[in-house]
Amino acid sequence: MAKTGVYSFLVCTLMGVTAYAAFYIAPTEVTMGLVQRIFYLHAPSGMTSLMAFLVSFVGSVAYILTRKPRWDWLAVSAAEVGVAFCTVVLLTGPIWAHPAWGVWWAWDARLTSTLVLWLLYVAFLILRTMIEDADRRALVSAFFGVFTFLDVPLVYGSIWWWRTQHPQPVVFTSAGLDPTMRKVFYLSWLSLTCLMALLIRQRYELEQSRDELRSLEQELEAN
Amino acid sequence: MKNLSSVFAAYLIGWGVFFVFSLTVAKRAASLKEELARLKERMQESASKGK
Repeated sequence: MAKTGVYSFLVCTLMGVTAYAAFYIAPTEVTMGLVQRIFYLHAPSGMTSLMAFLVSFVGSVAYILTRKPRWDWLAVSAAEVGVAFCTVVLLTGPIWAHPAWGVWWAWDARLTSTLVLWLLYVAFLILRTMIEDADRRALVSAFFGVFTFLDVPLVYGSIWWWRTQHPQPVVFTSAGLDPTMRKVFYLSWLSLTCLMALLIRQRYELEQSRDELRSLEQELEAN
Repeated sequence: MKNLSSVFAAYLIGWGVFFVFSLTVAKRAASLKEELARLKERMQESASKGK
């Protein structure tokens, strides 16, 4: 418990340092001006959400192969955290797009596939609430989780495969991103990845407690 | 200082989502813990009655 508290404090501190860097250290972009600073929250949140969905996918595949409940707990925990990060992406994107493009939303490949991804994972979470039996719920959602993950490569590759209004990648390419901007971006990504790990861990512990509660109830019923 | 409000809105909303999410997880964990404690108490009671 004390360890979690220390880790939470470190993550909060890192988030604070990142915000300071995004507002005061990163230079103001010449063409877009101040609004470009949304990039330090929007883009790393997007990448972190894809990482969370990857963890969920690994959990789903591992559950199908081993049928061990802990993989199902990991899959649902990571999916829920991924949805939270994806929500941030879908909310901060339009706030940037409105001053930059003059519209809140465009139905281009990146934006549409991200919205579909969010809807699919929300459906994944809703599906789990509809099945009573724990083993059946875990198996059905594991298969659905594998299917849902198919959209992740589409989201990632959409800006290369199709012509989109969304800006082209600037981080893992030789495109001219200012070195300070790049460092602030990586710092932001690191802090959000730590936050993701913390949230997945907390959510996983919740599933563990639920399982403990279920077995206690069964024990009580049996006596 | 053009678009400063948009930047603040984006960070406020973004951090708000993370905060609300972690709050809901903490709330669910607290109510589960309570329920677990209640069940354990009930089990102890029924065990002591059985003796």
